[in-house]
Amino acid sequence: MDVELLSRLQFAGTIMFHYLFPPLTIGLGLVMVVLEALWLRSGDRSWNQAARFWTRIFALNFALGVATGIVMEFEFGTNWAAYSRFVGDVFGSALAAEGIFAFFLESGFLAVLVFGWDRVGPRLHFFSSLMVWLGSMFSAVWIVVANSWQQTPAGYHVVENVVHGRAQLRAEITDFWAMVFNASSVDRLTHTLIGAMILGGFFAMSVSAFYLLKRRHELFARRCFTIGLVISAVFSVLALVTGHDQARQVARTQPAKLAAFEGHFRTGPADLYLFGWPDAAAGVVHGGLAVPGLLSFLVHDDTRQPVTGLDAFPADERPPVWLPFQAYHLMTGLGMFFIVLTLGTLPLLAGGRVFRMRRLLWIYVFAVFGPMVANQAGWVAAEVGRQPWVVYPSVQDGIAMPGLRTSDGLSEAVTAEQVLWSMIMFGLIYLLLGAVWIYVLDSKIRHGPDEHEPPPEPGERGFLHAAAAMAGGQRSLTETEAEGGT
Amino acid sequence: MTLSHDTLALIWFVLLGVLLVGYTILDGFDLGVGILHPLARGDRDRRVMLNSIGPLWDGNEVWLVTFGGALFAAFPNAYATLLSGFYVAIMLLLFALIFRAVSIEFRSKTEHPVWRRVWDFGFFASSLLAALLLGVAGGNVLLGMPLDERMVVRQTVLQQLSPYPLLVGALTAALFAMHGAIFLYLKTEGELQQRAERWIWHAFGVFLVLYILTTMFTLVEIPRAVAPFRENKWLWIVPLLNVLAVANIPRAMFKKRPAYAFVSSCATIAALATLFATALLPNLIPSALDASWSLTIYNARSSRDTLGIMLLIALIGMPFVLTYTAVIYWVFHGKVKLDRTSY
Repeated sequence: MDVELLSRLQFAGTIMFHYLFPPLTIGLGLVMVVLEALWLRSGDRSWNQAARFWTRIFALNFALGVATGIVMEFEFGTNWAAYSRFVGDVFGSALAAEGIFAFFLESGFLAVLVFGWDRVGPRLHFFSSLMVWLGSMFSAVWIVVANSWQQTPAGYHVVENVVHGRAQLRAEITDFWAMVFNASSVDRLTHTLIGAMILGGFFAMSVSAFYLLKRRHELFARRCFTIGLVISAVFSVLALVTGHDQARQVARTQPAKLAAFEGHFRTGPADLYLFGWPDAAAGVVHGGLAVPGLLSFLVHDDTRQPVTGLDAFPADERPPVWLPFQAYHLMTGLGMFFIVLTLGTLPLLAGGRVFRMRRLLWIYVFAVFGPMVANQAGWVAAEVGRQPWVVYPSVQDGIAMPGLRTSDGLSEAVTAEQVLWSMIMFGLIYLLLGAVWIYVLDSKIRHGPDEHEPPPEPGERGFLHAAAAMAGGQRSLTETEAEGGT
Repeated sequence: MTLSHDTLALIWFVLLGVLLVGYTILDGFDLGVGILHPLARGDRDRRVMLNSIGPLWDGNEVWLVTFGGALFAAFPNAYATLLSGFYVAIMLLLFALIFRAVSIEFRSKTEHPVWRRVWDFGFFASSLLAALLLGVAGGNVLLGMPLDERMVVRQTVLQQLSPYPLLVGALTAALFAMHGAIFLYLKTEGELQQRAERWIWHAFGVFLVLYILTTMFTLVEIPRAVAPFRENKWLWIVPLLNVLAVANIPRAMFKKRPAYAFVSSCATIAALATLFATALLPNLIPSALDASWSLTIYNARSSRDTLGIMLLIALIGMPFVLTYTAVIYWVFHGKVKLDRTSY
């Protein structure tokens, strides 16, 4: 077996499993913050119950995000030692910034968020929710910055670092802010965050639609469905706008990747495939349906302008085509579906018509898988489309900087047997973790928003007083009030 | 910034030490509670123990994540060599930490005794394994690793389980068990508290024996680790403080001042980590093949600009981190009370 293939599969598997959780926390964080703000403004206890419900779901996803995130932090070094040596100076600092600015902020305020409902005043609690949500977005900032730097490197130079008399090539920072604001980081970050918000909205709608169909917690369900729908509709439209900007940026900075996305083999005016089956060996797309000239139009605002094709690159610098093509088309297709579905549902809010449309509600129960798949597919397209490079070559101040090939990033010390073993172990443990997640999520959703617990006393209570009242009643991260733990 | 590259490298070595001490003190007690967990009698006591760390363990692990990120950024060559060289051990550590999280979350879902016994075992075994592996890794580094001139360590996991690393692993587990027992003493009442007190004494006894054995082994077998103390007499203050911190634990327990004992066991962990760092400097990973192939804070470091930028990031971020940590621990102080909301 091949170490490179196994290491890539392991990284893909562990990062995709991890990436189930961060977008959910970022998206549900918005729902949670909105509900809590509405509670603060209105003083209505039913908003409070809704906010508490989503906090419980949020905390579960957050805990799993942490557990699977630790793996990512170490996997660069275990499987990709040569890569780590090459990028540590640049990539590592973004990762360290993530730890110091984001992780501690999140985990610190999370405890207040989950366990502090009755102990701190409503305003301080709201502040904590806001901080946890911000923290989860700061994480996204730094990790997307680090990843974007690999795609469109900037603010660095590649130098020889001599250790034990042997020269080692590595990237070193020359300009921190140029590294942070490289050509793609802002586009990719906004698009990533928007994808998370869409998922959060759809998740809220899925649970709410389920309650409406079962005629349970109807007031809660109507409110959360409405909030989720507004969030998803707004961000689905924004996803189209940012997605378009990003595609144009990819056309400029990583033309080989865009060519792979679109199955565009020969440089020239380009059609836009709605679907198809690209065949890289033959250089054609089988059975595809294409809109003539549309890709040229989207990239250059002119249907006849040529778009760089894969033939412009030497064979060993071309990314695979089939997977990026399909993943990209899956993402964009789902994105269009979200826009049609949510904008089509918005008018049905009038008079609460949507809440009586059972078939549509069933669609919404399962539609949550759409943004989950779209978020994953977007990353698959972005990362497979980056191949064969793990760090793209670039030109800095007129000097060509070498890139790093994925195949050159491996750990010398690690054998295929070791990676195969760890992959099998990850498979088993993540299966277990996935089962826990579904099981706990299911029991929390079945339990529903708590309607038996009295709301906290109105009015502000001091934090010190709150802390003094904390003499007992510690709660777990995911198991909070009124869930009948035994 | 006017700091030299060498000074920055040294500062980052110290800061990494701070992160590692933060991690071992904080996750140390919750791993310790896991190691002691099977000693509890009855389901109620097991739940009290689990809930004593309930809101804290997740945040404690963030220190390990940040340590990983900071090592990657400050000393990429050491990060790459260490993690790829310890491939199997690191994977086992990651599996243990994930399995532990699953056990904590899953245990309370059903009352069936077999179900609970299975997850209890998972909680215990993963806590013990994590503590052992951390110690084994530390022991191997101090002993020196087969690090070649290409900065690659080729060693099987069985070769990494030689007597000295295993001894350090056992020492770490005993230290965490003692630390966890003192934490439990603070968090519990009544009969369980009395039992926790016995555990403190037992764990302290085991720790003391292993501590003496490890010290003797190090003095005899690893002259490199002793050299810094021979060159600079002032460094003797580190082992001296170490012994004082250790001795203060039974003293404080004897005087019925458990909070003071907990502070002393924190100090013991900090002092042991400082001793480890002093014995290592300037190496990060000493080579057992040829001393000149060792990875040091000078040849493993990042560029001067990166170390400077990161120092700025740390200076801005650390006060916040320490504030949240202090506030959260203060908010969650006091005895564990079980209610329908607990694990």
